[in-house]
Amino acid sequence: MKKLISTAFAAFSLFCLSTAALAAPPIKIGALFAVTGPASFLGEPERNTAQMVVDEINKAGGVKGRKLELIVYDTGGDATKAVQLANKLIKNDNVVAIIGPSTTGDTMAVAPVADKAGIPLVSCAAGSKITDPVRKNVFKTAQNDALAVARIYEQLKKEKKSKVAILSVSDGFGSSGREQLKAQAAAYGIQIVSDDTFGPKDTDMTAQLTKIRGSHAQAVICWGTNPGPAVVARNAKQLGLAIPLYMSHGVSSKKFIELAGDAAEGIRLPSGKVLVADLLPKNDKQKASLLAFIKDYQSHFKAEGDHFGGHAWDAVMLLKGAIEKGGDTPAGIRNALESTRNFAGIGGVFNYSAKDHAGLTKDAFTLVEIKKKDWVLVK
Amino acid sequence: MELFQQITQFVISGLATGAIYALIGLSFAIIFNSTGIINFAQGEFVMLGGVMTIFSLNVLHLPLIAAIAVAVAATTVVGVVFERLAIRPLKNATPLALIIITIGASILIRGVVMLVWGKDTQALPAFSGNDPISVVGATLLPQHLWIFGVTVLVIVGCRLFFHHTISGKAMRACSFNRRAANLVGISVGRMVLFSFVISAAVGSLAGVIIAPLTMTAYDVGVMLGLKGFCAAIMGGMGSGLGTVLGGLILGTLESLGAGLISSGYKDAIAFFILLLILFIRPQGLFKKGETERV
Repeated sequence: MKKLISTAFAAFSLFCLSTAALAAPPIKIGALFAVTGPASFLGEPERNTAQMVVDEINKAGGVKGRKLELIVYDTGGDATKAVQLANKLIKNDNVVAIIGPSTTGDTMAVAPVADKAGIPLVSCAAGSKITDPVRKNVFKTAQNDALAVARIYEQLKKEKKSKVAILSVSDGFGSSGREQLKAQAAAYGIQIVSDDTFGPKDTDMTAQLTKIRGSHAQAVICWGTNPGPAVVARNAKQLGLAIPLYMSHGVSSKKFIELAGDAAEGIRLPSGKVLVADLLPKNDKQKASLLAFIKDYQSHFKAEGDHFGGHAWDAVMLLKGAIEKGGDTPAGIRNALESTRNFAGIGGVFNYSAKDHAGLTKDAFTLVEIKKKDWVLVK
Repeated sequence: MELFQQITQFVISGLATGAIYALIGLSFAIIFNSTGIINFAQGEFVMLGGVMTIFSLNVLHLPLIAAIAVAVAATTVVGVVFERLAIRPLKNATPLALIIITIGASILIRGVVMLVWGKDTQALPAFSGNDPISVVGATLLPQHLWIFGVTVLVIVGCRLFFHHTISGKAMRACSFNRRAANLVGISVGRMVLFSFVISAAVGSLAGVIIAPLTMTAYDVGVMLGLKGFCAAIMGGMGSGLGTVLGGLILGTLESLGAGLISSGYKDAIAFFILLLILFIRPQGLFKKGETERV
């Protein structure tokens, strides 16, 4: 009897020990996405993707045998809320790193908080001022607007077009694009003959386009996110605008083609490679990552993965690599992130360094044209 | 010549946008005249019209005409429910409290639509094609003609209703003096309900006919509602020609301002006009001063 009890006790204590070993605390990663509000078209795919990737990493055994725990908060696209939630992640949840926020405005508000706390922040927003000047703990995965602008101007220069009209939306995305368009024009020998804006909720842009039609521009570059650019495309068709219309990467999803309808034909835009993954040559470094991401997203959400989700994919995978290399402390992760080289993700091939926390070159963008309601590569 | 052509385009685009503002402004005025409140959920009726038409077309697979009828009817039901549940039970509330209730209702409607139909912007196919029509050097779309046509019909309909039917006259009586109207046997409660019915129907109709041009989403109602409100203020909150002219002037000035001055100040121009009118002619552009409006 005594023997039975002692065996039972031994078995019990062994069981306790083993569960304790199994339950090594997960590594906590925070995430701030604008899941609701005006930037929800960014935040929603980002949240979906981040959760999907983390689940998959955990299914495959986690990072160095430890699970990842993703704590997601919704900023609603509100910078004040984003700062409060960042503080909550850092102080209450004790995360080792933060992914997001989704928008440049939110990121600029959160960046000093994360930087001061020494928690690495991998933003999914595009604004170039996020990493310029470089902050020690702030990285980003979304391609800079500057790279998209460079891609368009390169093409215009090739076609010997030097007079452009710009039409940008009057929000953070549009004004950042407008600044870049103006700043880089001279370097490509391009003259901006007309500079107009429209409101994010405007429903008619014929006035601006009529003005552009009278300005002898050789191309129009419209910088905005849906639905504005779709209205611009329809209005341009209504007015019979004969010059080529370029859009920004902000509308590089099938949704734009759906909204603009027939008016989308012939429109060109710089886009992340995710849109045209199957058209890419076999030797493209990103092709494997891209196809994996698209397949995964399709099977989880029955929707096409877009490059916004791709920013979150890149952020989680970059952090995973950094945790493998640098351990689970914020400082270790930061140092490992900074030494990331040749990481072929969704947004491009990342090469971070002490001077560059954006990590991409203009090869991250490819120029596509809309033909028969689908994308084709512009040669 | 080029400038002339530009200006005709600005004016024609402006008139088309203005007609939409006018329709929304009218539906503001109808409720204001029978209840004395400004229904800030008006923009949401406009949104519901567009969103429900798209829903009926794409999910229920109804033909376009039936889809429009369903959308207008459903929005009218929303208007009735809103009046029954949120406005009527508060018999002695001040107009300010009622206005705040309408703001709450607008947030609720927007939230429900967002949860049910999602956040994506959607487009409705144009009623009769997308081939531009040329008018004195400017171009407009067949859809613009639909907008002008429906606006004219609605104005004529309102005019006939308010001046030549018993119910319409009773509603006008309520707007002049509720108590007196009640004393001569008019059911004020029913007239208020009527005004919500008409206003929701007109608002949703506006939402339907603009959806092919401007596209629609759960949050389009806010800005359209505000612009419609401006139009109604310019017209002195009357349910007649004043509001229509207010809308057309607002649309044209916006378009001219965006084209000739600066597109950045387009909305500023609209709201500057609104403030100016509120300061200088609070009774509206086309109205003689009244000592008291009830």
